[in-house]
Amino acid sequence: MFRTQYDSDISIYSPEGRLYQIEYAMQAVAQGSTALGLKSKTHAVVVTLMRSSDELSSHQRKIFKVDGHMGIAISGLTADARVLLKFMRNETLHHKFVYGSNLPTGEVVSSLAMKSQRNTQRWGRRPYGVGLLVIGYDGDKTHLYQTSPSGNCFSYYAQAIGSRSQSARTYLEKNFKAFPELGLEELVLHGVKALKESSGKETLTKLNVGIAVVGKEQKFEILKPNKVQTYLDQILQTEGEIEIENENENEKDEEAETLELKLD
Amino acid sequence: METYLGEKQQARQWSPYINNGGSCLAVAGDDFAVIASDTRMSLGYSIKTRYSTKYLKITEKCSIVSSGMQADIFTLHKVLKSRAQIYEQKHGKPMSTDAVAKLVSRLLYYRRFFPYYTFNIVAGVDEDGVGCVFSYDAIGTLERVKYSASGSGSSLIEPVLDNQVALKNRNDIKKEEFKLTKEYAIDLVKDAITSAGERDIYTGDFVEISVIDLNGTHEDKFELRFD
Repeated sequence: MFRTQYDSDISIYSPEGRLYQIEYAMQAVAQGSTALGLKSKTHAVVVTLMRSSDELSSHQRKIFKVDGHMGIAISGLTADARVLLKFMRNETLHHKFVYGSNLPTGEVVSSLAMKSQRNTQRWGRRPYGVGLLVIGYDGDKTHLYQTSPSGNCFSYYAQAIGSRSQSARTYLEKNFKAFPELGLEELVLHGVKALKESSGKETLTKLNVGIAVVGKEQKFEILKPNKVQTYLDQILQTEGEIEIENENENEKDEEAETLELKLD
Repeated sequence: METYLGEKQQARQWSPYINNGGSCLAVAGDDFAVIASDTRMSLGYSIKTRYSTKYLKITEKCSIVSSGMQADIFTLHKVLKSRAQIYEQKHGKPMSTDAVAKLVSRLLYYRRFFPYYTFNIVAGVDEDGVGCVFSYDAIGTLERVKYSASGSGSSLIEPVLDNQVALKNRNDIKKEEFKLTKEYAIDLVKDAITSAGERDIYTGDFVEISVIDLNGTHEDKFELRFD
């Protein structure tokens, strides 16, 4: 499908009123591996599938802590995500320094949206090629937001982004009505089950699945691989397959920790 | 040759600094550190509040107590807390006690020409698990020591620590025979600050005491005299 007449610059509209450059940027998000988020009344969770380009390299981190009460999962260009992460960390820390309280998640996301929009209307800039799922707990409420290269941001009960995310979204759509009353464990289990829908041929292991939680009396925490494994075991058990852990798994865990590059 | 000395100034010039009083101390052992401060905030001969914290936990392995002007203490602690978070985000792990000590020194020297009126003590366990105490002056002179006291009661507390921790001027015990245990250090710190509260009018109300070792920080609070 040739759209070359109207897609060479961010400042050119198509006759249908579309900005193709922004849509191409959203494609970059859709190319990243799956990241999904879901929330209950007391907790918000993100679950991600971490890719590794080959056996020798580490798995690409997709979850980052912004502040004690807030974190993000990314899909798309990690380098762009780092810039936005730095921005969010700065905003939250500045607010904490000046006002002595946690910056509400919605406010950071709004600032992010403004920042993203600026790049769609300025000479020489390009849209950020990354979509974020922001989870946070403030004002006695859980929050889940999605931001996109277009500068749009929405609040969600549950959402999935990245490649093959539609399968996860379908699962979430079927089950989201039950989420508000669930406890943390069940919420995470739903997240992992949803991830399984989009994982395709890839087997879920503790090394390529990332989980982070935040909520009431729960500071934003990225779960350690061994904790992730407990959830994977529960999923596999319910499906009738039980994986036998061998000693090699522990060695791999240590190697994975040393390989883990500090990407932020 | 006669020099013109000028008229003596009658009026007192306004000073940006005030002293809110209070005492702080810390003692380091082989594998732990004890740090304590009172919570009284005074102005002149009045008490402004009986509880105003001078203590800040920076990491699980490191804390700071500061005496002097409460406004500067509050600001310095705010800045330090932010810097510790920035470090942790950048490096993926909490600051080591040595790093905190150096950072405090730099933050103080940054204000070399309008100093923070704070007299700080940083205490914790270092990377090897050995207890450490760092003492400072207002502009960041840094020294690692085994014990330190600062504030209005420091001249009452420091000699006690000299005698009981460093065993100075003692004829009854030899250095080789003495082992500074955690229980001994905690009792000593409690007694020292309590005694300071007896005689120093600016020390009193409550004490926040904290014991730091490789397992983390254990915080506690007890009462002093309210007079």
